[in-house]
This record gives sequence, C-alpha cells and structure tokens, in this order.
Amino acid sequence: MGASEIILQGKDLSYRYESSPESDLALDGLNITVKRGELLAVLGHNGSGKSTLAKHFNAILLPTGGAMYVAGMDTSDEDMLYLVRQTVGMVFQNPDNQIVANVVEEDVAFAPENLGVETHEIRKRVDDALKAVGMYEYREHAPHRLSGGQKQRVAIAGVIAMMPECIVLDEPTAMLDPVGRNEVLKTIKKLNSERGITIVLITHHMEEAAICDRVVVMESGRIAADGTPKEVFAKVELMKSIDLAVPQTIELIYRLRKRGLDIPLDALSVEECAEAIMSSLSTVGGGSHVRNY
Amino acid sequence: MLKDITLGQYFPGTTSIHRMDPRMKLILTTAYIVVLFVAKGILSYMLLLAWLLTTVRLSRIKISVIFRGVRPLLFIISLTALLNMLYTPGRPALEFWILTITYEGIFVAIKMVSRIIMLITGTLLLTYTTSPIVLTDGLEQLLNPLKKLRVPVHELAMMMSIALRFIPTLIEEADKIINAQKARGADFETGSIFKRAKALIPLLVPLFISAFRRADELAIAMECRCYRGGEGRTSLRQLKYSSIDLKAMLFSVIVFTAVIVLRVLGI
Ligand SMILES: Nc1ncnc2c1ncn2[C@@H]1O[C@H](COP(=O)(O)OP(=O)(O)OP(=O)(O)O)[C@@H](O)[C@H]1O
Ligand SMILES: [Mg+2]
Repeated sequence: MGASEIILQGKDLSYRYESSPESDLALDGLNITVKRGELLAVLGHNGSGKSTLAKHFNAILLPTGGAMYVAGMDTSDEDMLYLVRQTVGMVFQNPDNQIVANVVEEDVAFAPENLGVETHEIRKRVDDALKAVGMYEYREHAPHRLSGGQKQRVAIAGVIAMMPECIVLDEPTAMLDPVGRNEVLKTIKKLNSERGITIVLITHHMEEAAICDRVVVMESGRIAADGTPKEVFAKVELMKSIDLAVPQTIELIYRLRKRGLDIPLDALSVEECAEAIMSSLSTVGGGSHVRNY
Repeated sequence: MLKDITLGQYFPGTTSIHRMDPRMKLILTTAYIVVLFVAKGILSYMLLLAWLLTTVRLSRIKISVIFRGVRPLLFIISLTALLNMLYTPGRPALEFWILTITYEGIFVAIKMVSRIIMLITGTLLLTYTTSPIVLTDGLEQLLNPLKKLRVPVHELAMMMSIALRFIPTLIEEADKIINAQKARGADFETGSIFKRAKALIPLLVPLFISAFRRADELAIAMECRCYRGGEGRTSLRQLKYSSIDLKAMLFSVIVFTAVIVLRVLGI
C-alpha cells in the first residue's frame, strides 16, 4: 500500500474536550487508515466518539495526542488548514443548519466563493455539483421550501463544489424520512463509484453500513472492529457487547446457529440469507422434504 | 399562522426595473429621497410624482399592492396631517370649540402627506423589485470603499443575508413550538397584554436555545467550507451596469436636477 493511496491517517489519536474531566477521553489512542476511493461506514452507539473523529478529518478539531494526516498533510499545520478543508468536505446531520444562502445555487457557490475561484469557473462547478446530486432543476429555489432529502443533497452539492477528494458525512440521514434517506444514500454511492470520491459515512443504521465496502466500529473512543461488512457483522457477540444490533438477516442466522444449524454467518441480503438457510436445510434434513416444500 | 408573514416582500419579475443593477436602484432611490426633501413648490412635487408613477408603471407592480404596503402607516400619516392642520398658524378655515384649522395648515398637511406617501412608495418599489440577496450584494459593493475606514462591510452584509436565510426556518420552528404548547393547553390569544406576554416565555426560551445551537452548527459548517471572512472572496453573481441602468440614470438626473433648480429659483 503506497503512501499516495492513503487519504486519511490517524496515528494514536487522542482527544479530550476541555470541559470534560482529565480521564475522560473522547478519542483514546485511535489508529485509522482510509484508502482513496473507499466507501467506509463508521458505526458506534451514542457517545462512542464518531463525531469527534469526523471533526479530526478536516481540522475542525486538532488532536490533543497523536497526529492526523490528510493526504499527507498534518492537520495541526496551520498553513495547510484550507488545503485540508478543501480536500475533506463535511456534511452534517441537520441540513437546515448548514445551508448558508437563501437560493440553492448561491449556497452551492459558497465554498468556491470563499476559495476565491473565478466567477465563470464557479458557475461551472455549481452546475456540475447540482447535476451530480440531481438538484439542477432546483437551482433557483429557496432551500427552506425543499424536502429534507433535497436539502441534504444541496448540502452535499455545496461540498462537491469545493472538489474534495473525500467527503465525511455525519449521520446525514438521521433526520430524514425513508424516501429522503434513499435519495441521499443513492447519491453517496454514485459519487463514490462514478467520481471515485472517498466516502466516510457515519451512521446508526446497520443497513447503511451493509452497503459500504468497509465498516469501522467505534467504542469509547477506540476502534472495536474493522473489516468488510460481512467480517464485522459476523462478530455478533462483540457487537452485542457494545450495544449494537446486527442486521436482521445475520441475527436470524446467528440464532439458528445457536440451535445447532451449520449456516455460515455472512448473509447480508434477504436473498442470500434465504439461500443459505435453504442449502443448509437440504444437507441437514434430507433433500426431498425441503425440495417438495 | 406565523407562516403567512411575507418578509422582504419581493415580487419576482423580469421588467426593466427588476433587471436594473441593484447598485443603481439603491443610488437612485437614495437620490430620490433626498430630492423629495429638497422639493418645495407644487411643480416640483408634480415632477417627482411623474418620476414615481413612471417607475411604478414600468415595474408592473399593482397600485393595490403598493397601497397594502402603505396601509400599516395610515394611522401615523393621518396623525401627522391632523397635527399639521391644527398647529400651523394662519387664516382660519374651520373653527369649532377651541380648535382652529387654518388654510396654511391644510396646505402643509397635504404636502406632508404626499411627501410621506411618495417616500414610502419609492422605498417599497425598491424592495418589491429587488430580491433581498441581490440587494445585500449591491449594498455591500456600494459600501466597499468604507472598508478602508475599517467598517466591517462584508461582515454586515453576511449577517444580513444569513438573517434573511434563517427567518423562514425560525418562523417555522416558532409555529411548531406554538402548536406544541397549545396542545398542552397554553393560551396565547386571550387575557391582558401582560398575561399574553407571559405566555410567550415558554415560546421564546426554546426558540432562543435552538437558535444558539443552530448558530453553533452553522459556524462549523461555514468553516468546513473554507469561510474566512471577506478577504479574497469572489462571487457567483457579478454585478454589471447595463443600458437600462444608463437610461434610468439619465431620466432620473434630469428630473432631480429640475427639482433642485426649481428650489434654487424659489418656485
Ligand atoms: N462539545 C463537547 N464538550 C464536551 N464533551 C463533548 C462534546 N462533544 C462531545 N463530547 C463527549 O465526547 C464523547 C464523544 O462524543 P461524540 O459526539 O463524538 O459521539 P458520537 O459517537 O458522535 O455520538 P452520537 O451518536 O450521539 O452522535 C461523548 O462522551 C460526549 O459526551
Ligand atoms: Mg455524533
């Protein structure tokens, strides 16, 4: 793995909020490496330090111990601040509180305006970003008239217009209805597969984590598990011990295994799960019975 | 109920007045207000009225819409008229009890009323035909020279546009809180003023708390998008004067100069 393939690297990251007691670390010697083009989910229950970690990825917070590197730049280096922020864009939970302007295209233009990009180049970037999230037709609308999913997509466009290499999304779907959630997830996947933008998706939903390439599970400021969704969810006991539910398909197989059925613990989709159960039943209980059923 | 409030009161359109550069509109409106206070004789007022009516006509804003804008101030206008009629000394026109209305008073009152109405109409026209952001943009650019005197022009403009952005959001939130409180039996609509003001406390406290939280999150979101004040900032929309602005300027300069000349000549 060459150094240029790594976009985010946290080394022994520690962080303590000033208001919290000496022993209470929000990040506690955490190590993480994210490769370019990865679609990564970060899971963890409330207060496990997900948002704190996210804020280290673009120098909103600086580590009190250890070091954070973004595309090789140390985030503590003040000269690199805007380069770091330009490289890693950030989308937050509440779309209302991150939209700055009262016309959609004005808001998308905010970052390039701050960066001093020329007018006609801003125009190009804004149009491109709005098309990328499917909100081009709404460019002249007022954001407060849009649905939650649409607002969140505008917020994503506002980050894309900065042309970042990586986008960190901190529970972007938590305030959305199922329709809005799907819109946002589809947009994120598309940005990752078509533009090769590295995505770090912080979430509470197992189903969202399951569509990612890699899942990192956090627990009290440390990483408790790291791997593909299948690898991570197979550690059912570990997940349960830190109060995280596993996807329902895994849960089902887990319980069947406890009852003595030998089914591999790696089915994420309902189809996979059904197939795995079928084939195991056919080997266990005599084929004809199952097939007739 | 709160949602019905229209703020900024911009009526989108594509007329030549709508398409004018906001800076020119601001300059001409300011000049118009100044000249309105310079004007003295009937002829001057007629000239300015003609200027105003031409602008209204070009902007396609309905007279009824303008009247709606003037209406909230009708009480103050009437009061001004009444006081002027009663307190201007001169030949009595009407006398009853201890009150005397003079001819001079009536004249002054008419003048005052037309001046106020023309003033309000002129400024309303500006906000009716210019979207708030464009107006803010224009204001920022016009005041740019003040930056040398360390006036935080960009910051003020930014504050104004963020305020405009968050007004609908906060109104919506206030509406939600009101409904939630009402569902718990709160009463905002009856009782003495004092009682009603007290009923507002449970509305204002959550609204303030949430506004602070929003401000905090917005500040971080702005930092994430590389905001660092006005320095080196560019803009998606570039303001440009066009031939419409030139025509409007020439027309206004002629009218305004005429009024000033009339004043100097004492007509
Ligand atoms: N501004 C702050 N000041 C003091 N302590 C904080 C602050 N923000 C977070 N913390 C603490 O740091 C720890 C990690 O919080 P963090 O917000 O990173 O968790 P999270 O995983 O994002 O949780 P959630 O799922 O609720 O968003 C928690 O114990 C929290 O109480
Ligand atoms: Mg969080």
